[in-house]
Amino acid sequence: MTAQPRVPAQRAAAPVEGRVVRDPEVPGPRLALVDLLDRVLAGGVVVTGEIVLSIADIDLVVVSLRALVTSVSALDGPVPVGRDDPS
Amino acid sequence: MSAMTEAQGIWVYAVAEVVPDGSLGELTGVSGGPVKTLAAAGLTAVAEQVPLAEFGEAALHRNLEDLDWLEEKARAHHAVIDAIAQQQPLVPMRLATVYHGEEGVTGLLTERSRDFRALLDRIRGRREWGVKAYAAQSAAVGDEATGSARKAQPSAGSGTAYLNRRRQERSAQEEARQAAMTSTADIHDTLAGLAMAFRLHPPQAPQLHGHKQPMLLNAAYLLDDERADEFADVVRSLAADHPSVRLELTGPWPPYSFAELPELTPAGDPA
Repeated sequence: MTAQPRVPAQRAAAPVEGRVVRDPEVPGPRLALVDLLDRVLAGGVVVTGEIVLSIADIDLVVVSLRALVTSVSALDGPVPVGRDDPS
Repeated sequence: MSAMTEAQGIWVYAVAEVVPDGSLGELTGVSGGPVKTLAAAGLTAVAEQVPLAEFGEAALHRNLEDLDWLEEKARAHHAVIDAIAQQQPLVPMRLATVYHGEEGVTGLLTERSRDFRALLDRIRGRREWGVKAYAAQSAAVGDEATGSARKAQPSAGSGTAYLNRRRQERSAQEEARQAAMTSTADIHDTLAGLAMAFRLHPPQAPQLHGHKQPMLLNAAYLLDDERADEFADVVRSLAADHPSVRLELTGPWPPYSFAELPELTPAGDPA
């Protein structure tokens, strides 16, 4: 009997429960923008000092939501926020 | 040329230990320029020179409200961070961290070197995984509800029966909602037990996530790399055990949700 080879791609291909959107071994679909904004606007180190814009002065999450909602409601019907076509 | 005199700032992506020149490869950054490193106190900031006409304070206020600009820069910021995070531990900076000059960046590395080192040690060999849970009202319940409502409406005479049916539908929906909330709490407890740390992001608005059912959980978990497969398996089995919710796993992410420096006290020492 031969051992079953481990196929990492199967992990990304299991779509229904616990969908792995991105896998290190598999170049997956583009990240959903909204998931990315959760992290780059609400995560990451916040510094003060010599910076041009104090992050404390601007509620980036509200700004991003406003931009997103405006953009989404400008279109007809529900659209995925993470767009695939780089237009 | 005007580019020579144009005011420039320094966009900072991340802080790491020594970043070999080769790691940066052909990376281009948010302004399309080359990504470079600035070193101090044994740490390295991954950075890029950017024009303040686009990335200065006034410009940022304006541009951050432009979704196309925001998306382009968020993806570019992430691409640089992700490329380096594949190779070594790194502490991501929040989007739009722009310094007036290199001294500000090296000053940050020097002043907060202990804190950055502690963060780098904390995230070494670990990555962030995202789990989102949505209420997953079963198709059967939904069809039944709309079906009975449709049948009820023409017989306008039996108002009481109609109201009773509506009440039953609502209580069935409420039960489903409660079941989904309970499941979500159980799921989070299980996943948090596997993780070094977790962070709960606010659930995304329905306009943004695009699903009919509300998002109940938008969590980030910091996991040892060796446990990533186990974690994905647990997510799948939790999804199977809890039909009242639908789960989505994303990752691995650079440790955005776990990159937080301790607050400075007014004296300048870490609290």
